[in-house]
Amino acid sequence: MANPTGWKPSMEKGAGSGADPQDTGLMGATRGLAVEEPLVFEQGSPGRCAISLPAVPEGSDPAAEIPAALLRGEIAGMPEMAELEVVRHFTRLSQWNWGIDTGFYPLGSCTMKYNPKSSEALARLPGFAGAHPLLPGSMSQGALELIWKLERALSEIAGFPASVMSPAAGAQGELCGLMMIRAYHVARGNPRHKVLIPDTAHGTNPASAAFNGYSTVTLESGPDGRLHPETVARAMDEDVAAIMITNPNTLGIFESHIAEIAAIVHAKGGLVYGDGANFNAILGVARPGDMGFDVMQYNLHKTFATPHGGGGPGSGPVGVVDALLPFMPLPVVVKEGETYRLVTDPAERPRTIGKIREFWGNMGMFVRAWALIRELGPEGLRRVGELAVLNANYVRAELSGHYNLPYQTDTLHEVVFDDKLQKEAGVSTMDIAKRLIDHGSHPPTVYFPLVVHGAIMIEPTETESKETLDQFVAAMRAIAAEAKADPEALKAAPRKTVRARLDETRAARKPVLRWTPGMKVE
Amino acid sequence: MRYHPHTPGDVRQMLDVCGVSSISELFRSIPEGLRLARPLDVPAATDEVSLLSEFQRLAARNRTEHPPFVGAGAYAHHVPPVVDQLLLRGEFFTAYTPYQPEIAQGTLQALFEWQTFVTLLTGLEISNASMYDGASATAEAVLLATRATGRGKVVVSAALHPEYRKVLATYLASTGDEIVTVPHGADGRTDLAALDAAVDDRTAAVVIGYPNFFGVIDALPEAAAIAKRGGALAISVTSEAVSLGLLQAPGALGADVAVGTLQSFGNGLNFGGPAPGFLAIREGLVRQMPGRVAGATVDRNGRRGFVLTLSTREQHIRREKATSNICTNAGLAALAATIHLSLLGKSGLAHLARLNHARGRQLRDAMKRAGFGLCFSGPTFNEAAFEVGDAAAVVERLARKGIAAGVPLSRWYPDPRMKGALLSVATELHTPELIELFAQSVRG
Repeated sequence: MANPTGWKPSMEKGAGSGADPQDTGLMGATRGLAVEEPLVFEQGSPGRCAISLPAVPEGSDPAAEIPAALLRGEIAGMPEMAELEVVRHFTRLSQWNWGIDTGFYPLGSCTMKYNPKSSEALARLPGFAGAHPLLPGSMSQGALELIWKLERALSEIAGFPASVMSPAAGAQGELCGLMMIRAYHVARGNPRHKVLIPDTAHGTNPASAAFNGYSTVTLESGPDGRLHPETVARAMDEDVAAIMITNPNTLGIFESHIAEIAAIVHAKGGLVYGDGANFNAILGVARPGDMGFDVMQYNLHKTFATPHGGGGPGSGPVGVVDALLPFMPLPVVVKEGETYRLVTDPAERPRTIGKIREFWGNMGMFVRAWALIRELGPEGLRRVGELAVLNANYVRAELSGHYNLPYQTDTLHEVVFDDKLQKEAGVSTMDIAKRLIDHGSHPPTVYFPLVVHGAIMIEPTETESKETLDQFVAAMRAIAAEAKADPEALKAAPRKTVRARLDETRAARKPVLRWTPGMKVE
Repeated sequence: MRYHPHTPGDVRQMLDVCGVSSISELFRSIPEGLRLARPLDVPAATDEVSLLSEFQRLAARNRTEHPPFVGAGAYAHHVPPVVDQLLLRGEFFTAYTPYQPEIAQGTLQALFEWQTFVTLLTGLEISNASMYDGASATAEAVLLATRATGRGKVVVSAALHPEYRKVLATYLASTGDEIVTVPHGADGRTDLAALDAAVDDRTAAVVIGYPNFFGVIDALPEAAAIAKRGGALAISVTSEAVSLGLLQAPGALGADVAVGTLQSFGNGLNFGGPAPGFLAIREGLVRQMPGRVAGATVDRNGRRGFVLTLSTREQHIRREKATSNICTNAGLAALAATIHLSLLGKSGLAHLARLNHARGRQLRDAMKRAGFGLCFSGPTFNEAAFEVGDAAAVVERLARKGIAAGVPLSRWYPDPRMKGALLSVATELHTPELIELFAQSVRG
């Protein structure tokens, strides 16, 4: 048999990328077999349905009860598919995706660690998954006990007397924290007008401050990548409500002047907000509550391994110091004897800021986070911080010299390089990121933090093995070499994905945000 | 520790490469006085076998043997096992925000499909990629309206979900915007005369539940017309999205913005979270829209693909000038809804909605036979408020039998006439026999 697979060179053209089929990449990436998949709205056939439901009782007639103007028939455009078509559709889409389960995902500041499978089984126990949020207290003691225990554990882990559990994600945690800060100042007679934010901050920080009616003052970090007390002292006055600090910051550098900075802010009556996005770095090693932070959000979908799910759901509980306890939004769970109770009535907490989302919080995420804390215990939690920092420093040591390190300062759980050494050959951070895909890794976070031009922000997390890091290092070094030898080849990356580089400008200039019949995007 | 792959040999080699002699040396940038000198005070580590039994004991302390007759913003529906099996594909589950579109086409196309489903259900032109939940989506919709109109007053129906109203008030605490609440009438619908009187040339939005918190199909077309006359936006809020398979689309009735949650599709109750909030708008409002949105484009080879787009509205680009601070939203919960809606399709959705309406009818009939009338005369979908004498006492009594009867409206409405009002729902999970048993149990 001359050609048992029937492969012809012309097939590569159809696949669009022309990648060398022998090229497996240094992290094992092959082309694989990916199947083109139209939208659900572009397939199926009239009359098909993929659902099995009880019959509608005979004699049921909505039109007899509801005015005709408020009724609709079947919705034109809805798909009509059999079950296997739907199953294949989403299975194929999943194959177009990269997840932690697929391979390395060193997305800095996102803490893409392994999401334990046993947590999924636990969260799906009918007693949790099937519990209605408005069950009477006597019927929901298990859920309340779990929330209470997780709240106690998170507060201990971060060093705060109590934590608000309800925020739906990190950014909502920030919002909630700033609302409490505002309420605190209002109670003292003046909400104040400004929030100080270092130039290394996440974009959510200034957005959350603005959402609360605060204007933001950007603070420059020093040449060592740290925020310096004198910078804070110069900006600090009695119109500053709070400073928002991520520690370690988004360069992975510990803000070692934090205690002094907190003292400066506190002396003028301001409060210190901690963005807990990078909490993984110091888990079990140090506690924000011991450093002078007054508020901090935890990102359960980062530090506590609940799945990121392609962009949520997250969960962003918020730890607070005693001075902010009266302002916590409701609900809170209290333990009275052996009974757990939701406090939802503002009459019990007259100074509460109110409520920031429906019901009580992302319970599904609480179950998973509590499972992780239970399985790790005190030693395991500390090991998280230690190994996360070890992994990041190992990558840093192995890549130094191959990529420019704009800050020589010690780093913890992540490290930020830039494209200075590759720029000379016309190769940018974006090219490096896309080429990494062809080797078999998700790219790092790129072009952030903003203080580093062409930033490449790598956070390996503690769940990655030395072998994975070694492969990643080999791939990154190969890309650095390729940038010198054959920069044009880099620009063609990625070549193994189902799509080549996408035209983002076109997407924004001519927005197509939903399917419509006959839709064409060319 | 099964999640930590490091052998002692690995650690030694890695420390050598780092040029340090111990892991603690890597933390030298943390001043000694700020380090924790003791182990964390959390329970000792446990193994998977013990973990499972511990969590089973906890879960068993929640009584969930019967489908709850409580709705009030979270609805128990049949989630086909297909949904969860697809959702658990690790490539979806363990992906993050699709910032690198070439290896996130699965998430991006699914979001584009979610957006399309939301526009089909709501009859509006544009949807974002999801919100945290229905309540915060409502607050974000109002903020959108204040930006779009440049006005600072919002008129809200008293029959809008009280939790949503609380969240709205909390979100608006720092903006200085004014919230005016207009009462509901005896039919459980928003009092249109009061609404008309409250809307003026300072009003940014009118917010109305559809169906509203009482399960009543509120007067959305009339409310939207009043909003339009006043130059305000009409915002419709839907918590029980199955209703949109039977009821006219909010956009077709004049709503400019439709928000709520699609928890009813593909998502369990999970004690109230997570749930996929949605936000849909008319085309002209797109620059004011909060949150992420997926859009279609082409790749270098001219093939269709998807990316996150219009990001110049968002926090990571605009920082303090962003339309919202929202970042991570409810991606996976939105995917669950998208899968379920794909399975349902055109006829399945209509069937499910009609079945739910019929179950609501069976519940009303059973309660009537048991001697309990309706609190409100307006038309309902699958949920309704019943006059049962002392609703809180009924809930307590049925809880002892393991039945979640509903919620007493007095919890949110102090009016003494609400003392007897019990808000209950029946969905496809409630068989006619269970409904009958329930009604008889309420009678006691």
